[in-house]
Amino acid sequence: MAQTALMQPQTPAQSAGRGGRRHRGFPGSRLKRVNWWLTATVAVLSLTILVPLYFTVVTALKTPAEAGTFSLPSSWQWHNFADAWNKVNYPKAALNSAIVTVCAVALTLLTNTFVAYAVARNMDKRFFRFLYYFFIAAMFVPFPVVMLPIAKQFGSWHLDNVPGLILLYVVLGLGTNLFIATGFIRSIPTALEEAARLDGAGTWRIFWTIIFPLMGPINATIAITTALWAWNDFLMPLIVLTDQTSQTIPLAQYVFSSQFATNYPMAFSSYLMALAPILIVYLFAQKWVISGVMRGAVK
Amino acid sequence: MMKGQDSDMAQSKTVGVHTADVTAKARKRPSRFSNRKVDRAFYWMAVPAALIFALFLYVPFLQGVAYSFTNSQGYGRFSWIGFKNYGALFRDGRVGHAYLFTLLIAILITLLVNFIALFISVALNGKIAFKNGFRVIYFIPYTLSVLVIGYVFKYIFMTPLPALGKALGIGWLSQSLLTSEHYAWIPIVFLSVWQAVAYSTLIYLAGLQTIDSEVYEAASIDGANEWQKFWRVTFPLIGPFFTINLVLTLKNAFNTFDQVVALTAGGPDSRTETVTYLIYKGGLTGGEYAYQTANAVMFFIVLAVIAFIQLGISRRGEKI
Repeated sequence: MAQTALMQPQTPAQSAGRGGRRHRGFPGSRLKRVNWWLTATVAVLSLTILVPLYFTVVTALKTPAEAGTFSLPSSWQWHNFADAWNKVNYPKAALNSAIVTVCAVALTLLTNTFVAYAVARNMDKRFFRFLYYFFIAAMFVPFPVVMLPIAKQFGSWHLDNVPGLILLYVVLGLGTNLFIATGFIRSIPTALEEAARLDGAGTWRIFWTIIFPLMGPINATIAITTALWAWNDFLMPLIVLTDQTSQTIPLAQYVFSSQFATNYPMAFSSYLMALAPILIVYLFAQKWVISGVMRGAVK
Repeated sequence: MMKGQDSDMAQSKTVGVHTADVTAKARKRPSRFSNRKVDRAFYWMAVPAALIFALFLYVPFLQGVAYSFTNSQGYGRFSWIGFKNYGALFRDGRVGHAYLFTLLIAILITLLVNFIALFISVALNGKIAFKNGFRVIYFIPYTLSVLVIGYVFKYIFMTPLPALGKALGIGWLSQSLLTSEHYAWIPIVFLSVWQAVAYSTLIYLAGLQTIDSEVYEAASIDGANEWQKFWRVTFPLIGPFFTINLVLTLKNAFNTFDQVVALTAGGPDSRTETVTYLIYKGGLTGGEYAYQTANAVMFFIVLAVIAFIQLGISRRGEKI
């Protein structure tokens, strides 16, 4: 459909009007023209994303009897949010999710970057080349393969809690983050480091004062992808967290859904409260998020 | 041909001394790795991380392999039983079905995601109004929790959709797809595709932005229509992005888990159990700890084989 819409040839009158010497495909004439058929197609397709979100909002504000249709609620039931807030113990779950996400991002940035730096700057050494593949190979071991031993191990090490979960994100993200960061670090010229070394700066100091700030764009990518992963992840909290009070938002929703499945408006209020924080952050920082994720995907 | 060879041989004779010199030089260098001294700080940066990494990933992996040869339930005493778990896996119909189901939905999801994402990215890269706004909307699913949005879709598939099916008189849609033995895979594939298209679209958009608009101008001067432009110009130029997308989508689709938990919980009658879901359910709640670690090891082998096949195909593709 979009193809045919794109195809609309310029009418002879149009090109004639612009002067016979101009070619049919002259860039200036094509750039400004908006293809409204294509715009309409894109708009209709975007409903597949917007309609479920709209449905979530309206259902969250209905009475149980009214739920199940796409219509607006006849009376807005704002108390659904208060009910869900208490039932799902939202403040605790949101706090846990926030702690996990913030700590995972901070620790990942503070550790994964210097590992990547050490590996990237010494790739001419057999040992560091080995380490590179040692970390990268982990990208091919999906979490389900190791989740049963990890569940058992974390229980016996007393890591079946929020700190354990944070540690797991920091460690298991290392393979991908190293992969993204080493290429970038190798593109930074070594002249700055050599100059700093002549001035007597050590390797750690060079890293924190020169390299880490220069890694800004890659740090943003690592921060964004880690944050989205830690905030939305369900499988790892499910495996690792055993205590009710340490549940993250997705895990709390899972427990909640199995208990209060019949009061749909209240359930939807809790879903909306689970989705809203990240959606709001995304809408405000969309430029950053999109470019950050894009940079990580295509390096 | 013959002539060329002759002159080559003549040349190699005359420069024979020189080449001998070069090989001697090469022999002196023990390897392609340098002898430069590495600052000790670099070891402090990388080695502790490597040890922790091994402790959290490779040790559990090896433990899993070890447990797969036992009859452990996850707690209490157990004994070594050799390859019995693996033998049982091959005779287990439920396991076989989970592998078949995972493979089929993974292929279907990968095809649909790439087809749709390619279409959307070309459209978003076209001359449309509100370009940036649409880009923001299309990326929303990537930022949402699959589990939570899965619960939203579960209700949509349970209530409004069958109502719509009844109103339109479509038989198979008049009942909830989630409880249908034949159609329960549809919501799972739908949710996976709905969520995964966002990321793939972004990668394709990145690819499309690398194409110089002059290429299209040249193509239009040669009289190519839009269809030809896409298949002869756009598609070959974003080839590497297509490969990245295929690999990533397939990898994620093989690990489908949240979708199953949110929508069907493996039902009806274990028809929609993926391998990951089966490992979790049997291993942690079903008392089949050792049996499912064996399943996980087998899953790893299957994924490794698929990765190698993919690598081989994409390498051959690059040669052509």
